[in-house]
Amino acid sequence: MEAQCINILETLAPCLVRGGMDPGLAQFLSIAAGVLIVSAIPLVSVIIFIWIERKIAARVQDRLGPNRVGPFGILQNLADAVKLIIKEDITPAGADRLIYNAAPIIAMLSVILIWGVVPFTPVHIGADLDIGVVYVVAIGSVGTLAIMMAGWSSNNKYALLGAFRVVAALVSYEVPMIVALLVPLMLAGTMSMQGIVEAQQGMWFVVAAPIAAVIFYISNLAETGRAPFDLIEAESELVAGYNIEYSGMKFGLFMASEFLHSFTVNLLFAIIFLGGWSGPFVHQLPILGVVYLAIKSLIPYLFTIVLRSTVPRVRIDQMMAFNWKFLVPVSIINVLLVAFVLKIIQELGLSPSPENVHDFAANVPQAVILLATNLLMGLVTLNVLRNAGRRERIADQARALRTAEQRDSAIVPSAS
Amino acid sequence: MIPLWMYLIVAAAVFAIGVYGVLARRNAVAILMSVELMLSAVNINLVAFWRYLTPQNMSGQVFAAFVFVVAAAEAAVGLAIVISIYRSRRSVVVEDVNLLKG
Amino acid sequence: MLEFNPQLIVFFLFAILTLGGALGVVTNRNLIHGAIYLIISLFGGAGLFVLLSAPFLAAVQVLVYIGAIAILIIFAVMLTRSMTSMRELYNRQWWISAVVAVLLFGLLVLGVIGPVWVADEEASQPVSDLVATTQDLGVALVDGNQYVLPFEIASLLLTAAMIGAIVIAREDD
Repeated sequence: MEAQCINILETLAPCLVRGGMDPGLAQFLSIAAGVLIVSAIPLVSVIIFIWIERKIAARVQDRLGPNRVGPFGILQNLADAVKLIIKEDITPAGADRLIYNAAPIIAMLSVILIWGVVPFTPVHIGADLDIGVVYVVAIGSVGTLAIMMAGWSSNNKYALLGAFRVVAALVSYEVPMIVALLVPLMLAGTMSMQGIVEAQQGMWFVVAAPIAAVIFYISNLAETGRAPFDLIEAESELVAGYNIEYSGMKFGLFMASEFLHSFTVNLLFAIIFLGGWSGPFVHQLPILGVVYLAIKSLIPYLFTIVLRSTVPRVRIDQMMAFNWKFLVPVSIINVLLVAFVLKIIQELGLSPSPENVHDFAANVPQAVILLATNLLMGLVTLNVLRNAGRRERIADQARALRTAEQRDSAIVPSAS
Repeated sequence: MIPLWMYLIVAAAVFAIGVYGVLARRNAVAILMSVELMLSAVNINLVAFWRYLTPQNMSGQVFAAFVFVVAAAEAAVGLAIVISIYRSRRSVVVEDVNLLKG
Repeated sequence: MLEFNPQLIVFFLFAILTLGGALGVVTNRNLIHGAIYLIISLFGGAGLFVLLSAPFLAAVQVLVYIGAIAILIIFAVMLTRSMTSMRELYNRQWWISAVVAVLLFGLLVLGVIGPVWVADEEASQPVSDLVATTQDLGVALVDGNQYVLPFEIASLLLTAAMIGAIVIAREDD
């Protein structure tokens, strides 16, 4: 039962006990150190994420981006943070002080708490909860609350309008996200984050469930307010949305939590669909897992950044229609289809048994069948979309033609 | 472990507070919130009894899950009614909604 | 008497959150504050669920109550703005209500909790430390011999409630 002290990096508490410390105190110290580290990693790394984003966005727009502070401008965000901290902190008149001040903290917390269940390596995880995925979804929904609090307490119409938009969008896009998450959960047979990564040792879930991965990615774009769904704080219409009245470091917290959230969802994407820490030699040298995880989550993150600087913004009605008329039905049909096919595969005995789940070859039949199902479904979906689009276009043209005819017939008599 | 009666006391107190809110508040939304409090108290009771008396049998947790479902349905329909009353009568004070009173 | 341990501290923390939040809900004039207090109270309830080794219910409590119901309530408060400026907080029978609530609490303590309370230490402890897991809950909900029918009816109820809410709250006609 007693854990052995193999390596101080992997098991802190037993090592402290061997060093002659009281077991209770050692336990407490190791947990406290873990909490500190896990919550410090995102706070420190967000500086780098913002820098990466600014650099790439600048390159896309044919600029250089930050290049004055530190090598390649990498310390620019530290300078910005200093600026934000020494700025005057303004509380608008008529603001609800307590809620106004609590909102940025809750926004940041709702992101950082997600990192508590992120498996960094085979041995390093904040807490391997039984219900990891539900926990992530539940904590994510607290972020909505922070936005609502911020928008309401600032006593500003733009802020309230922005908050309404955000909450309507976030609550809607949670539906396809959760439904899409059901597919990897079915494949892994567990809700624990560590368990999901272990189930992908043989084959990543993105191969067996590409449609779920795409839906998860798109709804996460909307959840984090990234382009093309950034109408949440459409600068040109809403000034800045829910955080318009915030200044100084309180605004900084909102901004940082937004960037961090954007990276965190890509991290979740990497864990749930791209195999998390799994990679060569990771069981011999667990710390390699962090590297693999970072690379895997940076790929979708870079895609997000490029997407942000290249696509135009959608309207709110388009955003809602896209969610309720397209993403939700597709995700529900996808879940039903995958559940059905998976059951058939299991009945036929083609799915990998618990013993050889780590083996690549054992995973191939199941993954190929599911991939074929997904491709088929994708083709059908695209075809339906194409037909619907064509119908709409023809109707549009007919309408334009009719109005033109009416105009002509209205003009002709007057001319004669 | 913490004795069972402590959980029961907390749940009973929350339930009594909810009853007070339902009886004494005039605002329909406040009454709805008090009802949510009462449901939450019931849930604490259900889960506490499950944990202390039948931890192997899932009935306690399953019933708590059904209470969640009922609470969600109740909130959705209740708030829809409040909004539609507000539209027609410009008020959400329950005493103003007395159309059926002779 | 009670032996002092970390679990007890955590229990008292969550109990205070639950009770304080509940008091805030019924005594606060500002409905948005009331909704925030409701969230605090429900969050305390989620903490109690974790202590009772029901983590799934705790997560669902946060997801459903805080993520959905509380947001819905705040939305309703904002859509019906004038009600924040109410003439008075309580109706005329508020003191009768207070008496009823206190009596109810006393009755619950005397009749229901009292017997558990005065019983010997063992009766107030869990019968076993073997706790069913979330997996068991999932199996119970879809097992033909257990709760699959109530489960289906519950989902039907949710669908009906959703459609009903949309129909009632529609703006047109």
